[in-house]
Order: sequence, then structure tokens, then C-alpha cells
Amino acid sequence: MAIVKMQKLSICANKKQRKAILNLLQSMGIMEITQTDLDDQAGLEKLDTQAARLKYEKRAAAYDQVLDLLAKYDSGKGTGGLFADLDQIPRSRVDGLAADRHKYNVEAADILKAEKKINECAGIIQKDENAKLALEPWLPLDIPIDSPGTKKMSLLLGTLPGQIDDAGLYAAASKDMPEPAAVNADVLFTANNVSGVLVMCLKKDADQVEGNLRSLGFSRPSLPVSGIPAQECESLDAEIKEQEEEIEKQKAVITAYAGEKENYRILSDYYRSRAQRYRTLGEIPQTRSTFFMEGWVPQAQADKVASLLTEKFGAFVEKEEKREDEVEPTLLHNNWFSRNVEGILASYDTPSHGKVDPTFIMSFFYVFFFGMMLSDAGYGILMAVGCAVILLKHKYLKEGLKKTLKLFFWCGISTTFWGFMYGGFFGDAIDVIAKTFFGYQGTETLLKPLWFEPLHSPMRLLMWCLLFGLIHMFIGLGIKGYEYLKDGDIVSFVSDIAAWYLFLLGLIFMLLPTKLFSSISGMTFTFPAIVGPLAKGAAIIGAVIILIMSGRANKNWGLRIALGAYDLYNITGWLSDTLSYSRLLALGLATGVIANVVNMMASMFGNSPLGVIVFIVIFILGHALNIAINALGAYVHTNRLQYVEFFGKFYEGGGKEFKPFKTENKYIQIKEEK
Amino acid sequence: MSLGMALALLGAALATGLAGCGSAWGVGVAGQAAAGVVSEDPSQFAKVLVLQLLPGTQGIYGLLVTFITLSSIGVLGGDPIESTSVGLMYLFACLPIAIVGLVSGYHQGRASVASIGLVAKKPDQFGKAMLFPAMVETYAILALLVSILSVTNIVQA
Repeated sequence: MAIVKMQKLSICANKKQRKAILNLLQSMGIMEITQTDLDDQAGLEKLDTQAARLKYEKRAAAYDQVLDLLAKYDSGKGTGGLFADLDQIPRSRVDGLAADRHKYNVEAADILKAEKKINECAGIIQKDENAKLALEPWLPLDIPIDSPGTKKMSLLLGTLPGQIDDAGLYAAASKDMPEPAAVNADVLFTANNVSGVLVMCLKKDADQVEGNLRSLGFSRPSLPVSGIPAQECESLDAEIKEQEEEIEKQKAVITAYAGEKENYRILSDYYRSRAQRYRTLGEIPQTRSTFFMEGWVPQAQADKVASLLTEKFGAFVEKEEKREDEVEPTLLHNNWFSRNVEGILASYDTPSHGKVDPTFIMSFFYVFFFGMMLSDAGYGILMAVGCAVILLKHKYLKEGLKKTLKLFFWCGISTTFWGFMYGGFFGDAIDVIAKTFFGYQGTETLLKPLWFEPLHSPMRLLMWCLLFGLIHMFIGLGIKGYEYLKDGDIVSFVSDIAAWYLFLLGLIFMLLPTKLFSSISGMTFTFPAIVGPLAKGAAIIGAVIILIMSGRANKNWGLRIALGAYDLYNITGWLSDTLSYSRLLALGLATGVIANVVNMMASMFGNSPLGVIVFIVIFILGHALNIAINALGAYVHTNRLQYVEFFGKFYEGGGKEFKPFKTENKYIQIKEEK
Repeated sequence: MSLGMALALLGAALATGLAGCGSAWGVGVAGQAAAGVVSEDPSQFAKVLVLQLLPGTQGIYGLLVTFITLSSIGVLGGDPIESTSVGLMYLFACLPIAIVGLVSGYHQGRASVASIGLVAKKPDQFGKAMLFPAMVETYAILALLVSILSVTNIVQA
């Protein structure tokens, strides 16, 4: 439940050890390398590693592409999709493959070449298909398309817009020529408002006839081929077939490597980590025979790292003080339960050093509120069991995914708890089934809520929700107060925190016994006589402190009071924040009522064989939809309550996430051997 | 059937009808934006789908109020209401979620579109992107609450 203390180390070592030291640090993955700040930069230079880094990144990407291709063409076993385990690979195997990497690089190049060839073939096929499509209307033509005619005769082949018949075409072509004109006109096809025509005439009349036709919009066909259309089509077909065979052949080339998938995965990660090493190497200043580096390590491990480097490599390691302008990176350390919400926190902002890590407190409220919103025992059990099964089946998931699944496992447990509290198990499924299929006649509900049913007394539950909300926000305010106290800022604590507690609690205890409140909530509070004046006093003292102290940064008293008054207006913020927790009730009701609607629809066909089948189908589909939508709603609104209402009271974030120099593997996890 | 029953049914119909329209509208525009993002980067599918679904809840709230109304006016069994004034009360009780569902569904959809754009450019900011549409939903939740409290507390004298 805390932010881990960091220690800065600076290392100076012999250049001969450079590779070994970097390898060791990378495999340990506990040091974030930062830019060094040596005073004397003379004689130091940085290695230009960009070319090498790019080369390795490209190799890693090439293997990724190869793996994608193998997945695409090889219909065998998939990679496991969303819940893919990281392969557990012993270090010696990686080293062995790395030694053989040239062989695999050639194989990868082979596969990529085959894919390129496949793409080329696909391109040719596409082109041929288009040509065939354009040629299709001309199939009745039994002479070559670019046929020039004979010695005395001209051929005019082309298209006319609109529809025309042979006689019309003859009349149009032989316009202004003496009858009977030596013109033969044929319409080859009519389609899509275009007519293909073939007109034959004497060479001497050719210009006249073409002129006549052109005035009607005649144009010669722009076909990609010459020759007799039917023959051209055949040869196109032959070419397509040939290309298809080639594609199959290339696919076979690729799938022949399917057995090597695991090796490619290992090599992809090998190159990726090598590229990372070169990136780091490029940032390290070095002289002819030494190099320097600086970085952050968790304080608890600092001595271990230092002594390891000193003993093993004879390096000089020194603990350094933080520079003024430097920000320590933030590494969170939480217990096995709270750790799972770290991702939720990080997607808002990373806490900074010297502030409180809210993960611990947040984790309990997160699970609690999620359960209240989904609040159905059946759904909760499904969720918890689903997450547990995935977690047990896949032991080597990526860290982030694992945490999310664990979080939803706990949310599922909480949902089950609230489901029984509210009496919901797939809505009112137990009662509906008992009534429909087992002839249960009683008016008593079978699954009684442990607490009470929200729909029957929503106002009562609303009050509880608001109470939970107030507790949540008061804790948030308390954390802010704790931070002030830790910094020794008593004035801020009294005027910004304690005053608000007094003011708010005073107001609440003044409101509770009033008629107004009891008429809204149906609850009557009677306090001892002393509470009334006490509450009034607390509210007034709190309000006065806020009024005077809130604008204390200003010297001008007028402005100071004005700012104080404005701050008092924040009470409306508290009111709206509190009411915002009514979503705990609304979403809880939504799940329950929709579930009941599903059960009602499912049981409409009564107790018959058909009725049972309809019941099962609607029950499964309906509840699956309800669980999906309401789990999403619960997730979003739990986040909102944390981010807006809770964090709004104290959280500033602004930290920098700890990003150690390590192997960022995509497919494998390396097992170190002793 | 009494006039009161007809009025109550009108209220129930408006709750699902208008709130459903708002959601359909919102989910529709968000869906267009989401499809655009997936066409460029299919790996964002899960994230943009979540964002698309956010404006879908208004329709569910409407259905919720309709269902509670139907079961308390006796359409789904029980004694049907007779009095016109009681019917009017049910009609008015349904209006908050009907109207707010319509308007907030549409605007939540617009906020979702913007958030989908945000996720397309910065996929790691998903947590924050989700928050903007969720802010709009608050008002639908408040309306739902008022509708539920009204419907469940109407005295059928």
C-alpha cells in the first residue's frame, strides 16, 4: 500500500564488461536508466546505435509478420486468442536459437518472399478478372477486336450510347449516302444503355460513315486486349488458373514452416530485446575504455545490485542524491488483493512521490460498489467462476491481463454477495421456475433477500447508497488531510479539511431530525437534545473557518472573504457528488428488473415440452445480454465514482511511471536456469 | 378499458419509446465513428465497442420504468387501475426518463464519438475517454431515479 522508495545509482565500469552488464540489468529488469549528468562532458561520446537498433526492430517485425502469415495460411491450432499464454522458454533454448539465427533469418525471408509472390499473383488475377469483365459483352464477335478490315473494306467497331437496332443503325450509318449504301450494320449487344456495334463499309466511304456514327456518340472500345474475344477470354482463364496454382504452391511453401512457429516467436522476442539493448546503449556516455550509466532502482534492491555489479564485473557503483529538477519514477507495491486495481489507477494518473497511493482504499470500494451495481448472485457466480477458470487454465498470462481477471474475480464474489443481500439469483429465476414448472402456489418468495428487496423500498436503499457515498468521500478528504499533516501543514489541515468535516457533519446532523428529511426518506431520527445545538455549533464554526481561511493566500481581506464565500458555495458540489452515488441504486435496480423481464418472457409458454425449450433459449440469451450490458455499466460507473467523486477530493497524480530497462517480450517468458 | 389505464399505458410507452430513440440515436452515431476507427486499426475493436455501448443504457432505463409501470397498473396481472387521475399520475411519473433519456442518449452518443476519436489517437487514454460519456449519463440516472420513486410511490386510491 505504498509507493516504493527509489534509489539512484551511478555505475562506471570497464567497456569490456559493457555487454555483460547490460545483459544482466536487462534480465533483472529492476533499473530505469536515466540520462547521466556528468559535469565534465569532455572526452565522452555516445555510440550511434540507431542503425543497429533499426535493423533489429525490423527483424523482430519481420518475424511478427511471418507469424501472422503462418496463422493466416496454416489452418492448424490457433494461438489461443485473447487469453494467449506466454510460452515458458528456458534461457539455454533462446541462446541456442540465437546462435542459429542466420538459418532462421533465411527461412523468414523465404516466407516473406512467398507472401510477396502471392500478392503479385493476386494482383495479376484481379487484373485478368477485370479484363474478362470488360471483354464479356464482345464475346459474340468472331474476328479480332483490332481487326483492320480488308484491302477495300473498313471495319468500324465500337459503342454507341442508348439502345439501337440493326435497321436504325444502318439508317444512321448511311445518312447522306445514296441508297442502297454499301454499309453493313450489326448490333452486337445492348446492355446498361450502351450498344456495341460493328459497321462494315467501303474504304472510300469510311470517313463519311465514321462521321455519321460519331455524331451519335460512337467511340472505339478501350479494351486491354486485341484478338478474338472468345480466344482472349480463354487465355485469360488459363492465366488465372496458372496464377491460382502458383498461389497454392507459395502457400504450401509458407505452411511447410508451420512447425517452426515457436522458434519464430522466440526469435522475434530475441530481436526485440536486442533492439532495446541497443537503444539503451546509445544513451550511455563512454570514453575509450570506460562507460557511465545512471538509473533508478528500488531502494531495497540497491545494495544487491551494487554489490553484484562490483563483485562480478569490477564496476564502480555509487549511490546518488536526487537532483533538484528530477522526478523519481513511481513504482507501486500493494498486497495481493489491492494490487489488482493498480491498472485502474494508472489509467487515471500515476501517483507521485510524497503523496498517498490510494490503491489500497480504492480496491475495497471498487469491489464493493461494483457488486452493488451488478448485484445478482447468478451473474456474480458466473463472473467469478469464469475468471477463475481462465486464471487456472492459463498460468502464464501477461501481467496486466492477469490483474484485470483477478479484479473481476473479486468483483464477481462481491456481486454474488450483493445478489443474495437483494434476493436476486438470475433475477427471480428460482420463483419463476418453481411456479411455472413445479406448480409452486405459495405467495412467499422462495429466495428471500438477506437484507431487503430494492424494488420494494427504493428510498431506503437510496439513503444507504448516499451514506456509502459520504463515507467514500469523507475518506478521500481524510487522505488529503493526512497528506497535509505529513507535510506538517497544520493550518491547511484545520482550514481545508477539519473545517469541512465540521461544516458537513454539522449540516447532516441538523438535517437528519427534520420533518423534511423524514418525509423524503421515511426514516425518523431522534437524537438527545444536546445533538441539535452541537450540530449547529459545528456547522457554524466550520463555515466561519472556511469563510476566513479559504482565501488566506490573499493579503487583501475583502478578496479573502469573497474567496471564502465562494469556497463555501462548494457545498453544492458536495450535494451533487453525494447524489451521484444514487447510481448504485439505479444500476442495481436495472439489473434486477431486466432479469425479471427476461424470466417473465421465458416462462410465457408455460409448462410443456415446448415451453421448457423456449424457456431455456430465452433464459440463456436474455441473461447473457443483461449480464454483458450491466457488467459494462457497473464497470464504467464504478470507475466514475472512483475517478470523479473520490479522486476529486484529494488525488493529484502527476507521477512518472517506473519503466525499468527489461525485456519487453511479446510471446515468451524466459526461464532462468541455475 | 378505462381512460386512466390508457393514460398510464401512454406513459409506459413513452418511457421505452423516447428513451429507446435517444439510445438508438446515440449508439448509432457512435457506431459510425467506431466502425471508422476499426477500419484503420482493428486492434481497437474492444475499446471502441465499449464506448459505442455507453449511450445504450437510456433505452434500458426506459424499459425498466415501463416494466415497473406495467406491473403496478395491472397489465401483467393483478387489478387494473380505474381512476383517470391515477392514470395521469403514472403518465407524469414516466416523463422524466422519457424526455431525459431521449436528449441525454443523443448527447451521450456525441460525447462517445469524441471519445472514440480520442482512443483512436491515444489508445492508452481509454480510462479517461470512458469518463466523458459517463458524465452525461448521470442525468439519465437521476431521471430514472425520479421516475422509479414516483411510480413505486403512487397511491392507487
